Amino acid sequence: MIELRNINKTFKVARRNAGFGEALKALFRKEYTYIHALKDVTFTIGDGEMVGYIGPNGAGKSSTIKIMSGILNPDSGECIINGLTPWKNRKEHVRNIGVVFGQRSQLWWDVPVIDSFELIRDIYKVDEAVYRRNLDELVEMLDLAEIMRTPARQLSLGQRMRCEIAASLLHDPKILFLDEPTIGLDAVSKIAVRNFIRRINNERKTTVILTTHDMQDIEALTERILLIGKGRILLDGSLSELKKRNSEYRTITLEYSCGEFEEIHGITKQSQINGHAVFSVDTNIITVSDAIAHLSKNADITDISVVGASAEEMVVSLYEEFKI
Amino acid sequence: MKQYLSLFRIRFINSLQYRATAYGGMVTQFFWGFMTLLLFRAFYKSGAADFPMEFSRLSSYIWLQQAFLTLFMIWYFDMDIFNSITSGNVAYELARPVDLYKMWFTKNVATRLSRATLRSFPILIVAALLPKPYGFSLPYSFTNFAMFLITAVLAFLIVMAFCMLVYISTFYTMSSLGVRIVAAALSDFLTGGIIPLPFLPDNVQRIIGLTPFASMQNLPFLIYSGHIAGAEMFRGIMLQVFWLAALVFIGRLWMNSALKRVVIQGG
Repeated sequence: MIELRNINKTFKVARRNAGFGEALKALFRKEYTYIHALKDVTFTIGDGEMVGYIGPNGAGKSSTIKIMSGILNPDSGECIINGLTPWKNRKEHVRNIGVVFGQRSQLWWDVPVIDSFELIRDIYKVDEAVYRRNLDELVEMLDLAEIMRTPARQLSLGQRMRCEIAASLLHDPKILFLDEPTIGLDAVSKIAVRNFIRRINNERKTTVILTTHDMQDIEALTERILLIGKGRILLDGSLSELKKRNSEYRTITLEYSCGEFEEIHGITKQSQINGHAVFSVDTNIITVSDAIAHLSKNADITDISVVGASAEEMVVSLYEEFKI
Repeated sequence: MKQYLSLFRIRFINSLQYRATAYGGMVTQFFWGFMTLLLFRAFYKSGAADFPMEFSRLSSYIWLQQAFLTLFMIWYFDMDIFNSITSGNVAYELARPVDLYKMWFTKNVATRLSRATLRSFPILIVAALLPKPYGFSLPYSFTNFAMFLITAVLAFLIVMAFCMLVYISTFYTMSSLGVRIVAAALSDFLTGGIIPLPFLPDNVQRIIGLTPFASMQNLPFLIYSGHIAGAEMFRGIMLQVFWLAALVFIGRLWMNSALKRVVIQGG
């Protein structure tokens, strides 16, 4: 059970204009601005939930993760995770959590990955039998048998990320924080990582909190979404609710050999190049079948597809809606 | 405890890998020791009586210093630790159920010990084969040798505790370079790294004697050659114990307050 109540965090940032004169001035008097990274952040996450934590860059996602993993002290507010306050009971708290920072590495650079795993086993004092079982399971699920014996520096990003995730699960954490776990991965690795995260959540009932910019991650993994912008929680709901909010729009994509299209109320042309046209249809004004009938009137259409808003578009419209 | 032993092990093995560095280091240190001795020989020729130490004792001092350079020189910092602070990777270390002070201390001890393991014996063996008075001689007495071992261990720990302060300062300064250079230059002189402390004027010696620097390489090396003997050795150990306790205490306190305000930037 994770409970955050009115968490606030402010960072002091030095600012100056470009140029030599400004740099000199800054030697004597530095100007600071205060950035409110988190403002009254409040939410509750139950055991075994999988939550997608989204928001634009600089919204406060990572700060929240750092507070929840005991690395950062907030200025004020309460955070209780399984009965412990992360920054006060850091050592006890981190024993029960696993963390993956997609942009950093926890593996020892020069030694085979398995050595790092064994060090982690000793650091968390994992029972040998438990360690064996977890390792075998992770090796099988993430296909690590070969790469485990390679030094971390010689792994590709996708291989390394699989090892990173395995490393954070060796001690049976109850909660797993994933900060951009699929950043920079190719499609195959992304899918492997996603499948694995889903399996861990299903089989071990591990609570997973995931931050990402990849909306496919969100669509594939999470039912619940927390949207943060400018340090505030703007939305806390399910993906399907979010979809409903945007359900009045459909995108119609056409391939055509000849002819032309005429925009009418409810149909907006988004692009048209070389026999390929995209329209957005507001279903409050015109039904999809009427729209198709209208568009096919003066043109010879060879192919047509109709899709609802993608997660990506929904998020863009959310960001626009909240002006973040 | 097992956590730290395991950390020690991986770090020790990790550092043992760098064989080329070890060979290079050995040659450099041997050459450096030889040059230093030639320099001192020139001074001694003009009047050996003016110097506080017999030349053969000085030789032993220099060879010990070169052989155990990686143990006692302050400037032999662990770059990994600075990098983990400036790059923010310390976030991962903080997300582990370990004491960061102990973890870094262990890491440091392991790195330095593994480097010393590779280098010290070849240097000492070759130095022992050199003709008198340039070579490395046997210890002054059995008691002195035993005391040398004890004070060397304490000196090593004091050096570590001092280095910890430099590491922790990086939490505040962001770039470790400035502190590192000042600490390296000052300590090189004050620990007797450039010239042995007995060569300094009495008043200066007395003041340095009160600082932790005199409790580092100075004490064990002088005990080995018998320059310090008898009751003075025990006084030295007492001072060492005091400085070790004080530096560790200050370091832990400082680390705790640094971690309260730590901000992992970016990402």
